[in-house]
Amino acid sequence: MAKDERVVGILGRKIGMTQIFDESGQSVPVTVLQAGPCDVLQVRTSDRDGYEAVQLGYLDKPRRLASRAQRGQVAKLDSKRSKKRSAAGVELLAKANCEPKRYVREIRGPAGDLDVGSLVKVDAFEGVATVDVVGTSKGRGFSGAMKRHNFSGQRATHGVKKCHRHLGGTGCSASPSRLMKGVKMPGQYGAARCTVRNQKIVRIDAENNLLLVRGAVPGPNGGYVVVKKSNKM
Amino acid sequence: MSQDIIKLVEQSSLKEDVPQFEIGDTVDVHTRILEGDKERIQVFTGVVIARSGTGSKEMFTVRRIVDSQGVERKFPVHSPRIAKVEVKRSGVVRRAKLYFLRERSGKAVRLKERRTDRAKVGK
Repeated sequence: MAKDERVVGILGRKIGMTQIFDESGQSVPVTVLQAGPCDVLQVRTSDRDGYEAVQLGYLDKPRRLASRAQRGQVAKLDSKRSKKRSAAGVELLAKANCEPKRYVREIRGPAGDLDVGSLVKVDAFEGVATVDVVGTSKGRGFSGAMKRHNFSGQRATHGVKKCHRHLGGTGCSASPSRLMKGVKMPGQYGAARCTVRNQKIVRIDAENNLLLVRGAVPGPNGGYVVVKKSNKM
Repeated sequence: MSQDIIKLVEQSSLKEDVPQFEIGDTVDVHTRILEGDKERIQVFTGVVIARSGTGSKEMFTVRRIVDSQGVERKFPVHSPRIAKVEVKRSGVVRRAKLYFLRERSGKAVRLKERRTDRAKVGK
C-alpha cells in the first residue's frame, strides 16, 4: 500500500447503472456509487482488540431513531457506569463526536494516520486501480432449483406431468438411504452478502462523493455497499 | 434524487452539439474507425427507423438495403466515434418506430419526402 500502510475502504450506497464513454470512445458500463464521506468511529488495534481495523459510519441517523447505545457509540454520554469508571481512573475511549450513523462497518487493516473522528472521503481511492465491492444481493425469496441453481428442469411435453420445473433426482437409493449434505435444492435465494472482486475504478468524483466502478455491483439501487481496495492484483 | 446523480455522471459523456435528425430521415452516419494508428471515416447511409434510450444511453437505428438484404446498425447518439450525422432527406412518417419497413421490400420501402418536392427514395 502506498499511503503509509493505511487501509483503503469506504462505505456507500449504490445509485444505479449507466454507461459513459472513455477516452478512446468506447462505451463503458459503470455502476455509480455514492461513497462517503464516512466518519471514523473507532480504531481497532492489535494491542487492545487483537486485530487491526477501522470502524466507519456512513449517513446520519436521526437522534430520535438511534438507540442510546448508538448515540453513545459516536459521542460521550453521561451514564452511571462511565462516571464510575472515570472515578476509578479508567481512561474513556475517544469518541468521534458526530451524529449517530445509519450504516456502520469495520474494515480490516492498519489505521495508519486515521484517528477517531477523522473523515474518509472518496479521494482516498486516488491511485487505486481495482476495488472489491461488498453488498447484499437482491432477495428472491424461496426459489426453485431452476432459478436458484440454474437447473434445466424437465421437458414441457413427452409425458412429463406437473413437474416441468422440478429438480429431478437428488441422490441414490437404498445405499446410502439418505441425502448427501449440500445437495442443491429449492430454498431462500438472494438477500445474502455478496462480494464482487477486482472491479475497475473508472472515475472518482471527489466533489460529489461519487465512485464509478466498471460492471455491476450486488444489491438493489439504494443498497448499502462496502468498497475496499482489492487485495489481489 | 438518484436519477439526478446519474444525470450528473452522464453529463460528461454527452455531446455538446447533438446530431439533429428525425425518425424517417435518410442519413449519412460518419463513424471514426481506428486501423492501427490511422483513423479513417466510414459512412453508413440509411433510414433512421428508431431511437431509444435516454442520456448517454441514447441509441438510434439506421436501416438500409444492401444486395437486397436488409442491414441495420445501431449507433449511440453521443458516441465520440460518431463524427457527424448528415441528413440527406426527410421522410413523412406517422410513428416513432418504423419497424414495419422490415417486412417490406422493393418499392414499398420508400417513404414520402417531407418537403415540397416529392423525390423518390431508393433505399
